[in-house]
This record gives sequence, C-alpha cells and structure tokens, in this order.
Amino acid sequence: MSASSAFNDEKGGSSSVGEPEYGHDPASGGIFSSDYKRHDDLKEMLDSNKDSLKLEAMKRIVAMIARGKNASDLFPAVVKNVACKNIEVKKLVYVYLVRYAEEQQDLALLSISTFQRGLKDPNQLIRASALRVLSSIRVTIIVPIMMLAIKEAASDMSPYVRKTAAHAIPKLYSLDPDQKDQLIEVIEKLLADKTTLVAGSVVMAFEEVCPERIDLIHKNYRKLCNLLIDVEEWGQVVIINMLTRYARTQFLNPNINESLLEEGGSGDKTFYGSDGNDDDDEDEEDKEKKAEAAALAKRKPYVMDPDHRLLLRNTKPLLQSRNAAVVMAVAQLYFHLAPKAEVGVIAKALVRLLRSHSEVQYVVLQNVATMTIKRRGMFEPYLKTFATQLLYSFYFFCSWRFSPILYKLFNPFEKLNINNKKMRGCFSCPRQTYIKSVDKDFVAATIQAIGRCATNIGEVRDTCLNGLVQLLSNRDELVVAESVVVIKKLLQMQPEKHSDIIKHMAKLTDNIQVPMARASILWLIGEYCEHVPKIAPDVLRKMAKSFTNEEDIVKLQILNLAAKLYLTNSKQTKLLTQYVLNLAKYDQNYDIRDRARFIRQLIVPTEKSGALSKYAKKLFLALKPAPVLESPFKDRDHFQLGSLSHLLNAKAGGYQELPDWPEAAPDPSVRNVEVPEWTKCSSREKRKEKKVEKPFYSDSEGESGPTESADSESYSSSGSDSASASAESGSGSQSEESEDASDSEEEEEEEDKKKVWKKEFKKLAQGILVPETVRRQLQKIFFFFFGTKSYNVPVAHVCSFFCRQAISPSGTQKCYELLHRISGEGLSVEYCFSRQPFGPDANMVAVQMHFANSAATDAKNLHMEDVKLQSGMRVTDFPEIELLPAGETTTAVMGIDFCDSTQAANFQLCTHSRKFFVSIQPPVGELMKPVFMTENEFKKEQGQLMGMNEITEKLTLDVKCRNEHAIVQRVSAAANLSRVPCGSDKEFAGRTVSGGSLVLVTVATEEDGSARLTLNCEKMVIGTMLVKDVLLALTQ
Amino acid sequence: MIHSLFLINYTGDIFLEKHWKSVINRSVCDYFFEAKEKALEPENVPPILQTPHHYLINIYRGKLFFLAVIQTEVPPLFVIEFLHKVADTLQDYFGDCSEGVIKDNLVTVYEILEEMLDNGFPLATESNVLQEMIRPPTILRSVVNTLTGGSNVGDTLPTGQLSNIPWRRAGVKYTNNEAYFDVIEEIDAILDKSGSTVFAEIQGVIEACVRLTGMPDLTLSFMNPRLLDDVSFHPCVRFKRWESERVLSFIPPDGNFTLMTYHVSSQNLVAIPVYVKQNISFMETGSCGRLDITIGPKQTMGKTVEGLLVTIHMPKAVLSANLTATQGNYTYDLATKVLVWDVGKLNPQKLPNLRGSLSVQSGAPKPEENPSLNIDMKIQQLAISGLKVNRLDMYGEKYKPFKGVKYLTRAGKFQCVLMFTKSVLGSLVPGGLTHPTEGEPCIRADLDGGRLSFPHRLLHGLH
Repeated sequence: MSASSAFNDEKGGSSSVGEPEYGHDPASGGIFSSDYKRHDDLKEMLDSNKDSLKLEAMKRIVAMIARGKNASDLFPAVVKNVACKNIEVKKLVYVYLVRYAEEQQDLALLSISTFQRGLKDPNQLIRASALRVLSSIRVTIIVPIMMLAIKEAASDMSPYVRKTAAHAIPKLYSLDPDQKDQLIEVIEKLLADKTTLVAGSVVMAFEEVCPERIDLIHKNYRKLCNLLIDVEEWGQVVIINMLTRYARTQFLNPNINESLLEEGGSGDKTFYGSDGNDDDDEDEEDKEKKAEAAALAKRKPYVMDPDHRLLLRNTKPLLQSRNAAVVMAVAQLYFHLAPKAEVGVIAKALVRLLRSHSEVQYVVLQNVATMTIKRRGMFEPYLKTFATQLLYSFYFFCSWRFSPILYKLFNPFEKLNINNKKMRGCFSCPRQTYIKSVDKDFVAATIQAIGRCATNIGEVRDTCLNGLVQLLSNRDELVVAESVVVIKKLLQMQPEKHSDIIKHMAKLTDNIQVPMARASILWLIGEYCEHVPKIAPDVLRKMAKSFTNEEDIVKLQILNLAAKLYLTNSKQTKLLTQYVLNLAKYDQNYDIRDRARFIRQLIVPTEKSGALSKYAKKLFLALKPAPVLESPFKDRDHFQLGSLSHLLNAKAGGYQELPDWPEAAPDPSVRNVEVPEWTKCSSREKRKEKKVEKPFYSDSEGESGPTESADSESYSSSGSDSASASAESGSGSQSEESEDASDSEEEEEEEDKKKVWKKEFKKLAQGILVPETVRRQLQKIFFFFFGTKSYNVPVAHVCSFFCRQAISPSGTQKCYELLHRISGEGLSVEYCFSRQPFGPDANMVAVQMHFANSAATDAKNLHMEDVKLQSGMRVTDFPEIELLPAGETTTAVMGIDFCDSTQAANFQLCTHSRKFFVSIQPPVGELMKPVFMTENEFKKEQGQLMGMNEITEKLTLDVKCRNEHAIVQRVSAAANLSRVPCGSDKEFAGRTVSGGSLVLVTVATEEDGSARLTLNCEKMVIGTMLVKDVLLALTQ
Repeated sequence: MIHSLFLINYTGDIFLEKHWKSVINRSVCDYFFEAKEKALEPENVPPILQTPHHYLINIYRGKLFFLAVIQTEVPPLFVIEFLHKVADTLQDYFGDCSEGVIKDNLVTVYEILEEMLDNGFPLATESNVLQEMIRPPTILRSVVNTLTGGSNVGDTLPTGQLSNIPWRRAGVKYTNNEAYFDVIEEIDAILDKSGSTVFAEIQGVIEACVRLTGMPDLTLSFMNPRLLDDVSFHPCVRFKRWESERVLSFIPPDGNFTLMTYHVSSQNLVAIPVYVKQNISFMETGSCGRLDITIGPKQTMGKTVEGLLVTIHMPKAVLSANLTATQGNYTYDLATKVLVWDVGKLNPQKLPNLRGSLSVQSGAPKPEENPSLNIDMKIQQLAISGLKVNRLDMYGEKYKPFKGVKYLTRAGKFQCVLMFTKSVLGSLVPGGLTHPTEGEPCIRADLDGGRLSFPHRLLHGLH
C-alpha cells in the first residue's frame, strides 16, 4: 500500500475525483488492484509494437476507469498511442483522453494535432469521432481550435458530422460561455439543416445555449413540424418541448372564446355548487370573469393560426410512439396548446403509459394529477372512460407505493355532490381501511385526504370526524398525530358541537409524544377552553409539570394555553400561569423567552402596562378563520408539464418558464420561408425520381420548404397521402405540382391542408367518440370495489362517479324497457343505444341490453329467436347467455341495421323455459353516427343540401339552455352527432348509420334566447323527425 | 442532459461509472443509498431524488439500479426511458442484463455507453446501429480476432445511422428468408363470485422475428383491425397508412422486435375462456373453514386451456389446508399463506375440482375477507380478441419469404373475487376499525405480490 500512497501524492489536486473508494472498493477484482508494478506492466505493453498487447493494456485501463479507479498516472503512456492504426485501440485511447484531459491539460495538448488531422479524414466516422473527442477535451486553451472545428463541421457534407457538430456546441459553451455569439451563428446555420439526423441535436444545442432566441425558430418552424415524425425519438422529445414554448409566444390562446361555463374553476360552481369555502377558487373565478368580460368586449371570432394547427396535427401521431417520453411530451403539448375539445385525445395514450415500467407510472401519475386539477373541464367528456380505465390500470399495474399519488389524483373528483344517502353513510368508511398500511407518507396523505373530504363536503363531515376520532386510539403514533392535526383543522369549523371530542383529545396528552400533535391538542384546548372549563386547567397543570422537557413548538402552545386560560378563568389558573411564564423566562430558546415576556406584559395587569392589556382578550380569543385544506398538487400547475421542475415542484436549473399566451398574435409572416424557384424545381424532380425508386415512402407534399438531400425525402408531412397512393395516381398529383411553382405553392398548401384537416378530424372522431361506459357497468364496478374493500382503489371516488352518472344529463344514455320484470316473470331487460360502432358490421346500430334476473330461479340460455323485420333490415343476435343466476345482472350487445327507418325490430327473447315477444324501436337520433368535418366542409356540404333538403324552424330556447355548453349537450343527447369544432355557430354533423347520408344541424342563437334550427338532410323523413326531436330537446 | 451513470447492484456496490461531461464524484450516490435504506425494499426507492447540486433518476431492473445524475432541467421520462433503453441494449448484446454479465464485458459495456450518449444527449440508441459499431462478443469472433488482430469495433459509419431507417442496416443477407409474427394476448379480468365478468380487457402485442435479405417492405393486414382500441408502434410502422387503411406497412428491423402493442377495450365483449365456481367459507365458531373450487371451460373457441394455475392468498389466520384435487396437485405455503393449485390442462369432460377443509388458528376471529383467486393459463393458437392476421405482403424484394403467424393467449391479471352482499355492506359502515391490524385482506397481499413482478414487462421489454 506504500506504493499507492506515493501515487496519491503524485496526483494533482483535481484528480482526487473517484479517489476515496480507491483500493477498498469491494467490487474491484484482484487483477486491477492498485499495484504499481501492474501499471509498469501496462506501460510496457503500451510501448510495445504489437497492437494486440496495446489493446489488452487499453482494455485493462478502461476497465479501471469504468470501475471508478484512478488511472491518471498512465496518461503519458496512453497519449502516445493516440495515432495508433488499430481502430479499437484508438477508440479506447479516446475514451481515456476524454476522461483525464481536464486533469492533465499540458499533456493532452500533445494529442490535438492528431484530431486536427482526423477532422480532414475522408471517412465520415473518423471525422465525426475526431470532432467528438476534440470537443470533449475540457481544456480552455484549445477553445479557438474547437470553435474552428465546429464551424467547419457545421458545413460538412455528412449529416452525421453535422450532428456531431451540433453536439459539440453545448460542450464548447459550457467550457467558455463567452463564445455564445459565435455559437449562436452556428446554431442558426444548423437549424436551417433539413436532415432529420441533425434536427434533434441542434434543437438540443439551442435549448442549452440560447433558449431565449426564439426568433431563430421562426424560419424553421414549419420545417421542424414537418420533420418531426421522422426525427429519432430523443430528438422528438426535445423539439416538442421547445415548440411548446415557441407556440405559447406566437399564437393566440385557442380557448379564449370558450364560454365561461367550461372553464375549470367555474365549472364546479355550476355543476356541483357545494363548495363555498374555496376562496382562492372564487378569486380565480372573478379574475376569469373579468378576463372573460374583457374578451367579450372586443370579441373577435377566434381563428387558429394554420401554423398552430400544423403543430397540433403533426405531433398527434406521436401519441402512438413506443417511447413514453415522446408520448408525455405530446400530451403536455396538447395540454398547453390545444383547444379544449381536442385535448381529450391524450387521455388514452396516458392510460397506456400506466402499463409501462413502474418509474414511468410514477411520473405519468404525477402529471395526470396536475392535469385533472388544473382543468377538470378538459377531461369532463372522457371522465368516465378515462377514470375507470385509470382505476383499473392502477389496480392492476401500479405498485403500492403510488397510492398516495392516486389519492391526490382523484381529489378533484371529491368535490362532487354526494346526494345518495347510503353512499354518504359509507363515504369515509372505506378510507379507514387504508390506514392499516405501513407506508408513513401514505398514511399521512390518506388522513389529510379525509380532512379535505370533510371540509369540502359538508354532509360527510361528521362521519369523517368520527372516523378520525376512532383513529386516535390507533396504536401507531404517527396515525394518531396526523389525525390530531387534521381534527384540529376540522373542529375549527364547528367547535361548539364537539366538546366531547375535545375532551377526548385532552386525555390523549398523556400518551401522545409527537410534538406537532401535542401542540395541536393544546391549541385546541386553549381555543375552546370555554367548552371544557373543567378539563382545561388540569391539562395546563400537567403541562406545567413537564414544561422543561417539551419541544419548543409544544412550549409555545403551553404558553398560549396558559394565557388564554388566564384570561377566561384567572381564578383557577393564575398561579399556574405565573409558574409557566417564569419557566419560560429562563428557557434556552429566545422565541420562547420573547413570547413569555410579551404575554406577561399583555395579560398581567401592572401599573406600567398601558392600553394594550385591555385588548388582551380580543387579541387572544379572537375568532380564527377556519383553514382551507388543499391538495398539495394545487400549486404545481405553473410548471410545464412533464418537466423535472414540475415533478419536484421546484425550479430546476435551466428550466425555461412556459410563457403566457400573448394578447395579440405576433406577425405570423415571420415564419414564411422564401423559396428560390430553382431549388424547388430540382427538388421536385428529385422527389419524383425517388418515388419511382422507393415507392413506399411517405412523401413530402405538405412541406413548405425545398428538399435537398435523400434524408429529407421522407419528411412525410403527416397529412399527405401515403406515397404508394400518390405514385399510383401519380399523374394527378404530379400535374398539380408542375404548375407555376411559386404561385401555386400556397394554393397547393391550402389544398393539402384541407386533406389534412379531413383526416385529422377523422382521427379526432375516432378518438373522441370512444363510447361511454354504461351506467350499469359502473354500478357493477362500484359494488365490486366496495365489496372487496380493495385498498388501492378509492371507493369514494367510484361512488362519486356513480353519483355523477346519475345526475349528469349528458353522461347517461337513455334506457328503454324491453321486458318488464312482471311480464318477464322476474326477468327484466332494458336496452339502450350505446353509440358505439358495432364491431362486426358498420351498418348496424349497436344496442346494449341489460338483463336483470330478479326471479328466485336462474335463467338459462338467454337468446333470440324468430326475428321479424321489415324488408332490408338485418339483425346480429347477441351471443347466447348461458346462465343468469338469480339476483344477477349482465349485459350483451346486439346489432340492428334499421335501414335508416324508425321501424321496430321484433323478435322473441327466449330463456330455457319461456319465450317473450319484444320489440326495439330506435329514436331517430340514434340512427346516425357522428362525422367530423371542418367548418368549411360543413358549409360546403350544407350548400349542396338546400331547398327540399333543408328544414328551418324558429324556436325559443329553454331558460336553462341558453349557453353554448347546454345547447351542445342537449343536441348531442337527442341525436348522435358531433360538433363541428371551432365553428362560429353551433353546428353538428353526422351520417346515417345504414345509408350514410349526411345529417347537418345548425343552431343559431340570438341574445334574447330565440334561436333558429336548420337541418339539412337528403332523407326528408329522417330530417323531419329529427327536427322534432331536437326542437323538443332544446325547448323543454 | 445526462451527466453520469452509475450501475449499482442489489447490495449497494457501484460497479460501473461513466461520465459524459466532467467527472462527478461517486459520493453523490450516498443520497441514493440513504433513500434506499429508507425504502426498505428496492422497488420502493423513489425514482427521482433531489440532492443539493444534482438530481438523481434511477430505475431498478434485473436486481440492478441504473442511476443517472443530471444537473439541469430535463424531462424525467426522457431519462427513465433512456435508462431502460440502456438495459434493453445490454440485454440484446449479452442475452442478460445482470451484474455478472456486465462485469465480464466491462469494456464492451463502456464502449456501448460511450456510443449511446454524446455530451449527455442520446447519439445512437438503435440496437442495429450499435451492433455494427461495436460487435457483440461471440466465441468465434474472439478467436478470429486473436488470430488476425481484427477488432470488435467497426471502422465505417453504420449505414443505418444516416438513413431514414436507422433501425435497419444495409446489406442483410440470409439463405433462408423468413418472417414470423407472434400475436400474444393477455386477458386482464375480474370475475365475480358467480363467474360473470366485472371487468375485462385484452392487452396484445405482436412480436416479430424477421430475417429477410435486402430492404424488404412489408405490409401486414388484419381481418378485423377495428377491434384495436389503442395502439403503439415500433417507429418503423408508417402511421399514415395505419390511419387511412388500417394496415401495418413497414420496413422491418433485422431480427427480433416488438412491432406493435395494442389494447382491446372492455367495450368490445371480451371472451372469458374459463369460469370458476368457488366457495370458501369460514365457520363462525370453531377453527375451520371449507373450500371448494371448480374450474370449467367457457369460451375457449374450441381450443384447449393449458398451464392452468390457481393462486389464492389466504387470510393470515389460516394455518393449514387439507384438500383433495381431482386433477393436478396443490401446495400451501405456511409462511406466505399462499395456496397454489397447479391444474395443468383443462379437460372439459372432467372438470378439475379442489375441495376440503381449512384449519384456522383457534381463538382468532373469523376472517372477514374472502380470498380472491388469481388464475394463470395459456391457450395456444388462439388470440382471444378474435384478431386475425389477414395477409403479409412483401414489396421491394424479389424472393419468396417464408411467412408464419402464431397466436397465443394467456392470462394477465385474471382474478376471481367474492363480492360482498349488501347486508355485509351495511354492517361495515361505522366502526370498521375494531380490528385495525388483523386480517389483512387478500387484495393487499395480491398487490404486494404484484409489485414484485410486472407481467407486462413482457409487453415492453421483450426483444
């Protein structure tokens, strides 16, 4: 070991890194022990002529580095081999150099010339790796050389070398921040690069060096959007995050004109109306109202910038990425940038992530928690599917340690109105079972959640309080302490009712040792000493006894208690108070000494004490406002979702604030790119060639800039047709292209966008129209969760879901009776139109049937027979239900092609013993399926369905249904149509399920509540019937 | 971005460190060790830790911790995904990602890490590209290298790195051209006492093994793509084609890869292959209980259910089980209170049954909770969702490849639970805490078990 100490002395100061473990690292093998002779061996090997020996030596040295052991004394021997021919030796030497160059700067300079030579090598890999190593050597002297090398590499032919140059930029910046200006020039140049390989790396460099230079992005914005899908996954994440920030500075808030009702904060007011004590919320609301008023005053119809749309459109496919980081990046982009109507598409992808690795779940859950708190309205339409999914995913896949997060996650749903008596009774009970857990944080979180629950829902307050009091007798001190703290907060709301609880708590002072809990109890007793006049002085007596041994926080509360008692009951407590004050006077803590002095002056009347002591009572016994218990996730929302800062709820170094939307949009023309004509032509030709060559690549018609190299060929702007299609129908698209290039460019883009929109909306339709889980299913789920008392699933939330089901008009599908319990001899059947596409046949309407067997005997072999239909109609039977035990329910789905008529489908429902004649008649609104179209398309289609096909009715809207939200809800409840997004009027579109004829509905409203309903449909019968239904829905 | 990486084994030894920027002393890991100590179990270490100067992001895989040190803002998922990618890559290279294997190949691992990140930003993470730069060790190659002085490090830039398809290398040649696809589905379901479905979902994954010469362009179409509710793809799949035509069009990576994962929602009816009749009851007085379980086929589409395994987490008070099985055999582990019944193949003619008595600790109160059953099974040649591959077409190459599709269904999280009746519900309401610690319910135990293994890792990590 003497050798190793000598070796230690030899080293420079900076090389102590990794040293402490030296020699006593249990993982180190014997071979590499710190034997000086070994190092001599290595030196010899490195000096030899044989590559194999050199390689062996280098491998050993690198293994030492990997284990974190010091090999810096070999530097001279290693650096000699930097020019070695053997590529593997060379690579290992590079590894060594990068590791130790900073410590041995002078010697490192010896190697520089080799790299400079390497930079000129014809092999791109060697050029790139030379630049990589050169830029990784952290030696300030070579900064100018690095700068030169980066500049040169930035215009290299090989995109790989250019990528390496992009990587080198932040390295140089961290070494010498003074080079910033020059580096920005390089970044600007590389940002203009059109290969996917470079894009991710250069944006990364941009983010590290000059994230504030948002102006550099303008010209490249469209290109980046279009390239995005082909960039490698890591680059995608960085680009998406950067573009989120960019979009926040350049575009208008797409939700600015949304009606007040749909805004998160005010939404609960209208819907659940029970929480009066959320002052913050109200403040926010006020602000929102003002903002809204201001917005209304200068209301302009919001039109989304096409570039904004481009970003949303091009990132959406990435939700399907296998990489969780990409999915999360897109999700946060949609959350921060998309119009509310479109945000829901991310829900499904986020649920998918919950099936991933547990670390991924951890991060995703945290983010979802914020999303649900920040904008509850956003998930409103998807709440059912999303939340049940979430619950199940959580139940199955997430480990126990995430339960607290789930708790917080579902907190926003807690405020829902609990109007079912039975559930209210049960409400806090299941929560108590959580408290058996060992996880301390979890216990705390759960008890706090109970507290929040109790403050927010008046009806369950008593139940929660009782539960918490029971917890006071728990064996675990932590549980007790946490409960005391929460009870204290709860009691503040209605102290007069609960003097027995206060008494009970007074007794606890003998046992509880947790200072915070003791302090809380003392404060409670002091505050409400009038309710416990006999016990309070006794508590003070005990406390005075143990005063010297208490924690500071408890001592302060003892003083408080003494002061309050002195004021209310000075007869009994005068001496005690004096005693306590005297003890406190000589306490070590100056806070306590101060407090004692202050209290003495205030309460003990002397000649000197002035006017203040008159007010002592007012000072001490003032009514304190009850606290507001809030979710810890509430304040995180100002961080960009998915960021580290958000997760830690603290600003991490290098975090870029997400800017607020601008009041007015900056000039959009800055993003226009001038396209020299010649490049365009040549690129077109090139593209054509390529298409023939590789017919299956997605092409790049939607892209605005010229394309240059082979890589850019697959830009595959998301909207464009797949190349195979365009290659087949080649002549069409090519001729369009060969038009006067500069003039047609914009038109072409426009045309393209239309196509894109159409597809976009189709996609959207698929995303949004996820059929809603049926109520009965939920009921089952509820009972299931309740029944099993399963720990991980917050039953209360399921309850509240269930209740929402019952009260929310849009959530429920109307159920129709098929077979009454009496006529069915105990078997009752209901059916409803689930509005889901019927899997096996697109022309059929899915009918969901709920069977309930309330008879005493089991029903067997439920199936259909003897179907009688009008001509043309078809039916797909539901699968036979083999057994429906007594008292059980089940569901089944059948499909009926109604041929776009409201004719009933008659059939016999058979059990093993009986047959019942039944019939299903559809309301006209269920004969259609929603179609997504843009406003322009809608207008165009409407224009073609004039005259006979158009029906217009004037109506006066129901008082409750004057706002946009309610109208949309009612129309979509009456008919299975989808809203045309961003439309100025309320427009709905759909197609009949069987015939596929368009059904277009427009509701134009006036200020005074009158409205005009227009319906365009080529099937007049359907049209007339639907008008009636919609009229009814809007006026009732 | 990522500053340094430490590999730490189960016992807390750092056996590899790699720095991409300036060196960070390994003492930074002390914060991690502290958290590990606190967490008691390795799975419970918080994935993200904050220290005064650094942030530590760790993942736990194969009894190893991969600990990344970062200094500035970076999306946490970015780092987590990357660490998993590192683990996947090592698995690809060495067939296993354990401490022993990494120590044996320390230099190769170090070289791989060097290539994967540059200055903390991912450089080459595609397995195909990496394998061209640094060839995986094989016995043959090491023999050849010692003789000829060749090396394991490629000297030209991998072609994949420059193209739009970084996942595939150029110049692939096979004498037998073959493309196999495994459609593997897992059912997650909750059945109630009577056997009817409370909740059911299907998770599917298509694992591909493609060994084709040249640059084949494949198109895989399904008979019924509408079934798929939510999908995620390997980057090679052209999303546009899927959007418009519902076909998978792609240039495949060479070798094994996960083509897509999908999800079939409960909204479509999920066929449940088996039903379970269970009756587990405990006497109010006396120290015994009865157990009677029968399993039968339900909707198996004419296929045989194999590898049937029933696991029951018994309440703590159950001391022993005296049961008879008509088929297979059972074990009861006293320490963990887990009853395992290995049934094997399900014979529809003679339904397997397990019945007998359970002895309960005398004096202990009657266990309140009823245990739930976890069922494990396998059905060959069937995708339970009914998903069918229609055809596989190849463009771009002339030869005729050999094509094959295999289906497999297995149980994911498949549970039967006893629901509480309404009267029990009523009695639960107040005073649920009379026995605050006794009788840990079954679900809890089950979840405890669940966190140790993620069966769905298969869906993500299998290559």
